[in-house]
Amino acid sequence: MADEIKEIPTERMVINFGPSHPATHGVFRNILELDGERILDAEVEIGFLHSGFEKLGENRSYNQFIPIADRMNYLSPLNNDVGYVLTVEKLFGIEVPPRCQYIRVIMCELNRIADHLVSIGMHAVDIGAMTVFLYAYKQREIIYDILEFVTGSRMNNCYPRVGGLVTDVPEGFEEKVKDFADHFLPTVDDIERLLTRNRIWVDRNKGIGAISAEEAISWGLSGPILRAAGVERDIRKDEPYSSYDHFDFEIPVGTRGDCYDRYLVRMEEMRQSTRIIQQAIANLPGGEVNVDDPKIILPPKERVYHTIEGLIHHFKLIMEEHGFQPPKGEIYLATEAPNGELGFFIISDGTNKPYRIHVRAPSFINYSVFPQLVRGHMISDAVAIISSLNIIAGELDR
Amino acid sequence: MDYPEGNQALAKLRATFPDSIIEVKEFRRDITVTIKKEALLSIMQFLRDDEELRFNYLASISGVDYLKIEGVENRFAVVYHLYSFKNNCRLAIKTFVTEGSLDIDSVYPLWKTADWQEREIYDLFGIIFKGHPALKRVFLPEDYEGHPLRKDYSLEGRGERSRFDYEEG
Repeated sequence: MADEIKEIPTERMVINFGPSHPATHGVFRNILELDGERILDAEVEIGFLHSGFEKLGENRSYNQFIPIADRMNYLSPLNNDVGYVLTVEKLFGIEVPPRCQYIRVIMCELNRIADHLVSIGMHAVDIGAMTVFLYAYKQREIIYDILEFVTGSRMNNCYPRVGGLVTDVPEGFEEKVKDFADHFLPTVDDIERLLTRNRIWVDRNKGIGAISAEEAISWGLSGPILRAAGVERDIRKDEPYSSYDHFDFEIPVGTRGDCYDRYLVRMEEMRQSTRIIQQAIANLPGGEVNVDDPKIILPPKERVYHTIEGLIHHFKLIMEEHGFQPPKGEIYLATEAPNGELGFFIISDGTNKPYRIHVRAPSFINYSVFPQLVRGHMISDAVAIISSLNIIAGELDR
Repeated sequence: MDYPEGNQALAKLRATFPDSIIEVKEFRRDITVTIKKEALLSIMQFLRDDEELRFNYLASISGVDYLKIEGVENRFAVVYHLYSFKNNCRLAIKTFVTEGSLDIDSVYPLWKTADWQEREIYDLFGIIFKGHPALKRVFLPEDYEGHPLRKDYSLEGRGERSRFDYEEG
C-alpha cells in the first residue's frame, strides 16, 4: 500500500494566497508554489495599500503628520504617534515634562496590550480557536473605552503633540486605568490555560516558521519575533526614551524562534506591560503636560481670546507657511512599537515642513522574511506564520 | 547616553579607510559618516565584522533626494542606520549617488534585510542597486512610470485635475 502511494504522480501547482483572503489580515498577495500541500517556494507581492505616507509628510507641517502616523499601525496608533513626536522633539532638543512622559508610557503600554491581544486572538481564530478571540476582544474593548475617554476616539487617537499632549488626562483616568490593570491579568491566565498546553495549538505552532538568532539579525527582524529567536533586545531597555528607565520590567526571550515562542513572548509582554502601567499610575507626577514654549505649543484658548501675545502665537503656529521651525539637521530615532523597532528618519531643512520623512516600519521588514519561513512547511502552516508575524497592512505598505 | 564606542568606531574607520571618508557630522549625538560610493561594501563589511565594533544590525536604509537643498553637490543619497548589539550604539553611514550614474553596490550580501529596503528605494527614487538578487518595484505596479519620492515628481499626478470646471455642466 505504501509503495502504491509513493508512485502517485504529483505536479507542482502555483496558487494565490491573497490579496483578498480572510487569513491574510490585510491586503497582500502571497504566491505559493506547492507540491501537494507542501510549500516549495513563495513570493510576496505587496503595495496594495500604498498611500505615499512619506510623500504626504513632506508636504505638511510637523504636527500634521501625526494623523498619518496613526494610520500606519492602526492597532496601536499611539505608539506610532509617540515615536514620531519623540523624533521631532529630539530634532528640537527638547524634553517634555515628567507627567507627559508617564502619560505617554501608560498610553503606549495600553496600546501594546491591545495590539498583542488582537495578534494572539487572530492567531487563535486562524487556527480554529474562537474562544480566545472573544476573551481577548472583551479586554481590548475596555482598553478602547479608556482611550476614548482620554483622547475622544477609539482608534487613530492623534493624542500626542510635539512638545506634549493635546490635553491633560481627564479626571478619573487613574482609577479607570488602575481598575483595568488590576483585573486584566486573569484574562491572560485564561488564554494561557486555553492555549499554552493545548495539544492542537502546540502541534500547529511548535517548530513552525522557526528562525535562528543570526538569521533574524541578518533579516533585520525586531520586536517579539527577534526576542522569540533568543536575542535579548528591547529598545525600551537598551535605549530608554520617555522615562522607561524609571520602571521595573523584564524582557521575555524565547529559544526556538518559532510561532509558539512568539506567542509565549507576546503573552509575557502583556504581563510586563501591566506591571509598567501599575508602576506609572502609582507614581504619576503632577504638574504640566506641555513644554513651556509658546513657539511650539498652542496657547490655551482663553489666552488667544484675551491677549494679543496669545493671538499672535496661535496665528503663527496655525496659519499656512508658519508653524514651528526646527533647526536644520538629520535625525533618526527608534522606539519599541508592539511589532518591533519603529524608526523615524527626519531631515529638516529649517522650514516648517520636514524635508524628508522615512519610516522604518517593523511590519515591512518583518514580513520580508516570510518566503524563507514558509519554505518546506504545509500550506496550513503559512496561515500560522502570517498570524504570528502580526503583519499590519497599513504599516507594511505605507 | 555616552557614545565613546561611536567615537572609537570613528577612529578605527579613519585609520582603516583614510581616503574614503568625506565628512563626519554630529547632530544631537547622532553620528553620520559620509563615505565614498566605491568604498561602501568594504566599509560596511568592516563595521559588521570588526570584533570591537560589531555593527551587525542594519536597522534601516533610507533614500534622500537633495534636489532642493542648496549646497549639496550630488543629488541623491542613501543612508544606512547601523546598530551594534555589543556596544549598544548607533552609527549612520551616508553615500551620495549622482544623477548621472544612479548605481550603487547592494549590501544584500552582508544583510538580507537589504532585500526589500533596497527595492523600496529603487521603487521610490530610482536608484539602482548592483548585485541585488531581484531588483524590482516593491510598492508600485511594475509598469508605473516615475519615482514618486523624488522632489521633482509632480504632486498633482498625471491627468489629475487641479480644479473642476463647473460651467461645462
